[in-house]
Amino acid sequence: MNAPNAAGWRPELGETHLAGDETFTGNRALMLEERLIFEIGDATTTGVDLDVAPAAPSMLGSLARTAPIGLPGLSEPETVRHYTRLSRQNYAIDLGLFPLGSCTMKHNPRLNEAVARMKGFKDVHPLQPRETVQGALAVIDELAHWLVTLTGMDSVAMSPKAGAHGELCGILAIKAALEARGEDRKVILVPESAHGTNPATAAFAGFTVENIPANDAGRVDLAALQARLGPDVAGVMITNPNTCGLFEPDLKAISDAVHAAGGYVYCDGANFNAIVGKVRPGDLGVDAMHINLHKTFSTPHGGGGPGSGPVVLSAALSPFAPLPYVKREADGSLRLVEEETAGEDQPDSFGRMVAFHGQMGMFTRALAYILSHGADGLKQVAEDAVLNANYVLRSLEGVLDAPFGHSGPCMHEALFTDDGFAEGFSTLDVAKGLIDEGFHPMTVYFPLVVHGAMLVEPTETESKAALDQFIGALRSVALRAKQGDPALKSTPHFAPRRRLDETLAARKPVLAWKGDKAEG
Amino acid sequence: MLGVIGAATVDDLFVDVPATARLPGPVPGLPLHASEMAVERHFASLARKNKAASDHPFFLGAGAYKHHVPASVDHLIQRGEFLTAYTPYQPEIAQGTLQVLFEFQTQVARLFGCDVANASMYDGSTACWEAIGMAGRITRRKKAVLSSGLHPHYVSVAKTMARFTGDQLDTATPSLGGTDMDRLIGAIDAETSCVVVQYPDVLGRIEDLSALSAACQAAGALLIAVVTEPVALGAIKAPGEMGADIVVGEGQSLGVGLQFGGPYIGLFATRDKYVRQMPGRLCGETVDANGKRGYVLTLSTREQHIRREKATSNICTNSGLCALAFSIHMTLLGERGLRDLAALNHAKAVLAAQRLAKLPGVCLANESFFNEFTLVLPKPARAVVHELAAKGVLGGVSLGRLYPRVTELEHGLVIAVTEVVSEGDIDALEAALKEVLA
Ligand SMILES: Cc1ncc(COP(=O)(O)O)c(C=O)c1O
Repeated sequence: MNAPNAAGWRPELGETHLAGDETFTGNRALMLEERLIFEIGDATTTGVDLDVAPAAPSMLGSLARTAPIGLPGLSEPETVRHYTRLSRQNYAIDLGLFPLGSCTMKHNPRLNEAVARMKGFKDVHPLQPRETVQGALAVIDELAHWLVTLTGMDSVAMSPKAGAHGELCGILAIKAALEARGEDRKVILVPESAHGTNPATAAFAGFTVENIPANDAGRVDLAALQARLGPDVAGVMITNPNTCGLFEPDLKAISDAVHAAGGYVYCDGANFNAIVGKVRPGDLGVDAMHINLHKTFSTPHGGGGPGSGPVVLSAALSPFAPLPYVKREADGSLRLVEEETAGEDQPDSFGRMVAFHGQMGMFTRALAYILSHGADGLKQVAEDAVLNANYVLRSLEGVLDAPFGHSGPCMHEALFTDDGFAEGFSTLDVAKGLIDEGFHPMTVYFPLVVHGAMLVEPTETESKAALDQFIGALRSVALRAKQGDPALKSTPHFAPRRRLDETLAARKPVLAWKGDKAEG
Repeated sequence: MLGVIGAATVDDLFVDVPATARLPGPVPGLPLHASEMAVERHFASLARKNKAASDHPFFLGAGAYKHHVPASVDHLIQRGEFLTAYTPYQPEIAQGTLQVLFEFQTQVARLFGCDVANASMYDGSTACWEAIGMAGRITRRKKAVLSSGLHPHYVSVAKTMARFTGDQLDTATPSLGGTDMDRLIGAIDAETSCVVVQYPDVLGRIEDLSALSAACQAAGALLIAVVTEPVALGAIKAPGEMGADIVVGEGQSLGVGLQFGGPYIGLFATRDKYVRQMPGRLCGETVDANGKRGYVLTLSTREQHIRREKATSNICTNSGLCALAFSIHMTLLGERGLRDLAALNHAKAVLAAQRLAKLPGVCLANESFFNEFTLVLPKPARAVVHELAAKGVLGGVSLGRLYPRVTELEHGLVIAVTEVVSEGDIDALEAALKEVLA
């Protein structure tokens, strides 16, 4: 049916069975192969049942479509099967521990899904008259209040669509603030350990990116940074806790120095999960910080998105915040400040970053998570995340090299390197070996500042029993890499696919299905 | 656990936080945790304060459209294996997401009449300015000419970005009298990187892009088409067929829903030859060590995690789950379903326009449209929209809301009529409008 005869085995012609593990269909019990919709669907099948269009003249002018589009359809049962089968080829946090450092794969409570699907939120249009969307605006306002209070900042821009978009918001606010002062500062200082979005964002906004050196303890080298500050430096972008999983103890001193030199401090808050409810970045002199609601506040990652990246701002940058934003009127009602009244409400705003007003579907989920945990529960989130990461760090002592293990506790993630692996064995082999053990690998080869990085972020979700099983698995795979077990090189053996040829994919890109075109 | 770590208390793990910044207890001024029931109740009370589109005769469009999303779409996207997966960086255990992306890219490319599409952007407006940036990189020119029919919020986003990137934008306000195709063609010069045109435009008008595309080509500029209502392409020619070099769009119409503005899904497609200048993730076909077909993220040397400050875009997280929803909805429709859906939208909109244009003092501004058109009312439309809402009718988007300070447009009301609009809804709008205009 779906894969008619993948092996090409024809028992009806008396052909004997092929290799021991081959089957007629190519499936193996619950491991079901699934072809592309373009191979199983066709242009006349549909899974929807629509009303018949009433008779009406055409107003399409000369532009009515004549050429076929080439879109296959499937019936509803075929559709449900297609996507259900595909879903089973994915690893997910619902299936097990997902220790992807910097990405914060924590449990996604289903209450949040239910709340986001209330029709009063999911079924309202962004341009509805404001008297018909007071409840939706109230969600934005309430979440904004939490974010500002948890971070100890002055205001928050809610519209950025993800972390990187939030970085852009913060950097544009810095640029606008400098412009308002009549200064043209060109340089943004970024540590080498920063996430790729940091330099990409700064460069997009027209800044030159320069490196901030690190010290032996994996932190920003304060003296070197101070030496570089000057009238050409617009600001710094510092991740805290940083991407090595370490808190930057000098952040306040860094902020003071940057401010004294006339610059601004952008903090990448992707790792806020480690300190939420424990530390307010506003107390450390930060001017702008994005918060990934899809990390700290558990909106699901959805296989790559969507996310949401609100940016908290200091008093110095608040006047430059983007449009639109929600404002409470004297009578208690809420409205959106848009271009129309920006002149009175927010004359220095740097403008609009996105068509509407942010990721409502993420706001409802994040606020549900926040209200469920409360100020006390959020503090415990940070504590448990840090406890779990340190447990992983110390449990693997003597097995994996922890480059900053000597400098004290880590925050929410533990960093290891490939030091001590046998000749020809790499971090990639450990990652693929973990797949066979039933775990998603940790983040690999990031940050770039250590060799063969493995960044393990267990999150607060995991129990001690789950951590012990993971630690056991990682220890065994690491020992195989150190001993040079050749079987590790060909892992994974049990995943839906063996190692995939990424070089081939990039050398001869096939980015769309063209099977029908080739035949025709 | 603390024993293994060698710490006496959890607080000892936070030694690196300066004592002055460490809070002794929960953040002051915020409530403590609440039960599932209490949280649900709180949200239910806030949700009730909104008028949901499905509870009212509903005619809003202007960049976001209400369509019927088959129940199986939401069921499938809630499977934990999709919902709670990460970006497919470990392809051996992410073939589900990757195959979906490959199918999605193919669907989008075909719908837009292009060779190749990426794995999604944040939304239509950000896809639009990314396209302008890409045209700048390809042509090494700095001037973009924007059609007056481009959604004003998209123009606003492009203006914000241009202010910082030094791009020069040539913009104009729309006119109820007709499009500005002549202005666009006239504005193309040797400095022009691209012309950006919305199709159908913000007033709902549809125009042939062939002449514009020829003019762009002659001047070495790129034509960027913006589609905010992808369902339209079931009824009208694809921009790629008319020579557009980059086609971007807002995909929320299919699978995603209104959601008060987000998350939405940016669609981004172009010609094969420009693929290395594209922003965003791309999924490609390859084989595994056993020679089996499989999929991976590819051409990532364009992206921030490899190229850092030289990347084509800073985008990382995109709209993955919305791409899945879009793709499932499109698979359920198929070619036939999409064409039928488009025909149904168009027929309903035409009949509604005919009726509404007969109201005293009301006329239709469009010579052509798909499922959205602009009425010119005998009085400013902005107040009319609020009066209609008071009567329980969500009656469209006023041009006064979209172009607050443009008096020539203040009588314009943009009305979208999709398959969800019933005969009774049109009766209600007609009756309410009659009273409000009387
Ligand atoms: C440290 C860091 N900064 C920034 C980002 C970018 O966030 P987003 O993917 O939401 O754009 C990430 C996410 O991967 C990150 O880990």
